[in-house]
Amino acid sequence: MVHEERSELAEGYVAHQFDDPEQQYEAVTLGMWAFLLTEIMFFGGVFTGYAIYRAAYLEAFIEGSHHLDIWLGGINTAVLIGSSLTMALAVHGAQIGERRAIVRFLLLTMLLGLVFLGIKAVEYGHKFDERIVPGMNFVYEGPQAPHVQLFFGFYFAMTGLHALHMVIGIGLLAVLTWQAWRGRFSAAYYAPVEISGLYWHFVDLVWIFLFPLLYLIGRH
Amino acid sequence: MSPHIVPRRVYYRIFATLLALTLVTVGVAFLDLGPLNTIIALTIATGKALLVILFFMHLRYSSVLTWIFAGAGVLWLIHLLLFTSLDYVSRPWFPVTGW
Repeated sequence: MVHEERSELAEGYVAHQFDDPEQQYEAVTLGMWAFLLTEIMFFGGVFTGYAIYRAAYLEAFIEGSHHLDIWLGGINTAVLIGSSLTMALAVHGAQIGERRAIVRFLLLTMLLGLVFLGIKAVEYGHKFDERIVPGMNFVYEGPQAPHVQLFFGFYFAMTGLHALHMVIGIGLLAVLTWQAWRGRFSAAYYAPVEISGLYWHFVDLVWIFLFPLLYLIGRH
Repeated sequence: MSPHIVPRRVYYRIFATLLALTLVTVGVAFLDLGPLNTIIALTIATGKALLVILFFMHLRYSSVLTWIFAGAGVLWLIHLLLFTSLDYVSRPWFPVTGW
């Protein structure tokens, strides 16, 4: 037996500074987009650095990318796209006020997120076995060695920052799942589900660019 | 609060398209097309990003103000990439002695 907690929020409560629910929803969404803009600039800086050093040390970056597992990267791309689908379905469940659908799809999204992180951990493990972890365990022969190390510096910084965002996302979704289970959301109030969805899809977007830039374009 | 509710089949279609584009981009990575490899990979990634933004992130159904916010993000990202790259590309054009 589930205890449903019908908060005033779930009844479509509008905070006093807003005229109506539409305006409140608009403000919440725009606030999240504003945050995502700062995230675009944050990741943008790393991407710009990668582009410049790749252009400067092209051969070394191509050599480095051959040490990445294109299949694990590809599977992870599919897993993350799948998690975006389940996240979109969780928001859809909220929009039509289906509490069980929200909980089910949020759990699935978190599960796929964990699968992604698990595969990522396996990949990181391979890098330690190959001794191509810059700073910690880097043993590499050849004239390109210093710049291959730079490539792996970018690889770990970019995928590490991305993974950190995934961990934060899974934490957010865990809280949402609990709240959804308690009946906190309804068709009249689900803004937290919607904006956490925006965040989750944004993290997916970052990977959509990381995958070709790190794994694919130097492959052939 | 009653924004446009997207039918579930739209999400399934977007998901299928994203998976198909992922397969294509992985396939193309094994062909040697010279500089085209990077161009194709990034074009496909941009296409995938647009699908995610427009449908999963609901931008297609959002207000003009939301479009302006999202557009501002793209604009500043282009500034960041373009002007930083221009700096690096143009430095050899005007050599400064002692640098």
